[in-house]
Formats: sequence, C-alpha cells, structure tokens
Amino acid sequence: MMSGARNTETPEAEAPSSEAAARSIGSGVGRVLVAVYAILALAATGRSVFQIIDRFGEAPVAFVLSALAGVIYLVATIALAGRMRRLALVTISIELIGVLVVGTVSLVAPALLGLDSLDPFGRESTVWSAYGAGYLLVPLVLPVLGLLYLRGSAARPAKA
Amino acid sequence: MIEGFTIAQVIVACLAGLLCVVLGLAGRRPNDLTLGALVLVEVLLLAQLVVALISPALGIHPVGSVPLFYVYLVSALLIPPLAVFWGLVERTRWSTVVLGVAAFAIAVMVVRMAQIWVD
Repeated sequence: MMSGARNTETPEAEAPSSEAAARSIGSGVGRVLVAVYAILALAATGRSVFQIIDRFGEAPVAFVLSALAGVIYLVATIALAGRMRRLALVTISIELIGVLVVGTVSLVAPALLGLDSLDPFGRESTVWSAYGAGYLLVPLVLPVLGLLYLRGSAARPAKA
Repeated sequence: MIEGFTIAQVIVACLAGLLCVVLGLAGRRPNDLTLGALVLVEVLLLAQLVVALISPALGIHPVGSVPLFYVYLVSALLIPPLAVFWGLVERTRWSTVVLGVAAFAIAVMVVRMAQIWVD
C-alpha cells in the first residue's frame, strides 16, 4: 500500500529562516481551516437539506437560514482552498455576522425565527442557533480563526 | 445501533484523532499508522452501516428519524476517504493534522447518530 522505502518518519525539513517557517505554519493552518470548513459545510448543508425536505413547515425561516449558512460555508471552503482572499474575507465575515445575529435572536426572540424552543440540539435546531451550540460552538469560533488567518496571510508574501 | 459497539467506535475515533493531531504537530507526515487509523475508523463506520441496515430485521428500530440518521451516516462515511486521499496526495505534517480533525469529526457525528437512534 504505502511505500516503506521513503522515509516518512523524519519531521518535515523546515527552512532555517523564520519567514519560511512562518509561511509554512501559515499555509499549514490554512489547510486545517479548509478541512474544518469543509466538514462544517457538509454537516450544515446535509442537515438543513434534510430539515427542509422533512419538516419545512415547522420553522421555515430558520431552516432556510441554515441552508443559506451551509452554502456560505461551502463557498468559504472553496475560497480558502483556492486562495481567493477577497471571497474568503467576504464569506467568513458574513458567517460571523450571521452566527452572532441569528444566535442572539434565537436566544432572545426565537419566535422571530419561528422556533418553538431554543434547544440547539432539538428538532428545529440550526447551525447558528444559540451561536452554534449544537455544533460545539464551531460556527462561532471558526470565522474568528478564519479572519485571523486571513489577516496573518496578508502580511506574508503569497506562495506560488 | 448496538450500544457497546457504538461506544467502542467513538473511543477509537477519538484515539485516532488524538494520535494524528499529536503526530502531525510533531512533524510526522501521513504514514501507515496515521492513515491506517483513518481506515479503521472508516471500516467501523461501514460496520455501523451494516448494523443499521439489518437492525429492522432483528427487531431493533430507531426511535428518532431514520432519514436524519442516514444523512449523518452517509456524510460521515464520506469524510475519512477524503481525508486519506488528502493525506496521500499531500504528505505534510498538516495533512496528518487534517487526518486527526477528520477522526474527531467522525467521533462527534457517531455520538449524534446515537442520540438520533435513541432520541
């Protein structure tokens, strides 16, 4: 299966300069971000598609918002992977605003979203309910990390 | 779902996640151990699929929504192969970390599936 001849046990050789090291860490963190965004996009989109098909009438506003969020996560994933900085910046900012606004509304006025309860794990829960509590707060933390990453990568020269 | 098997599966996924994240941060590229861990996670998911499919014939019925359960299971089944593919194509320490992230995601999704099954 995997070639044993190649020495895969030694750590990746880092260039001695700290700038190269920073670039490497930055691009590495970027990859992990892409992976987490991809998983979140899959989870959010899959769940919201199911909710819309299965029980749209129960909370149409909330479920549509969730589907929208799923699409935005998908675009953010592609933007980050394809190094489209402006698109990534826009989509991540939208998500952050979204999770903060929808999260707050879901807690103080859930009826506005058509939710009977604010249980983030319940039947009507969506990816931004209660600041993404139903997704281990990843929807809240991830855009912050994403923005920090984008700001950091702006300071570095673009990799080939 | 069979409770003991599900608990074991979550533990394996968490251990695989921990292993891959630690080895990745330590600078290891994806190797037989880390990639194999994700293959094991996928095999357990496939076993879970078989158990879920034959459960009704054994008289075991999920309490929660069957379609939602399968949405999670199918989504989960997609993740380890993609992570392994990534690890094979790009052999850096960060793709090892990605393997770990994927394994942790599976652990969370299996817990969620168990909740749906007995909810």
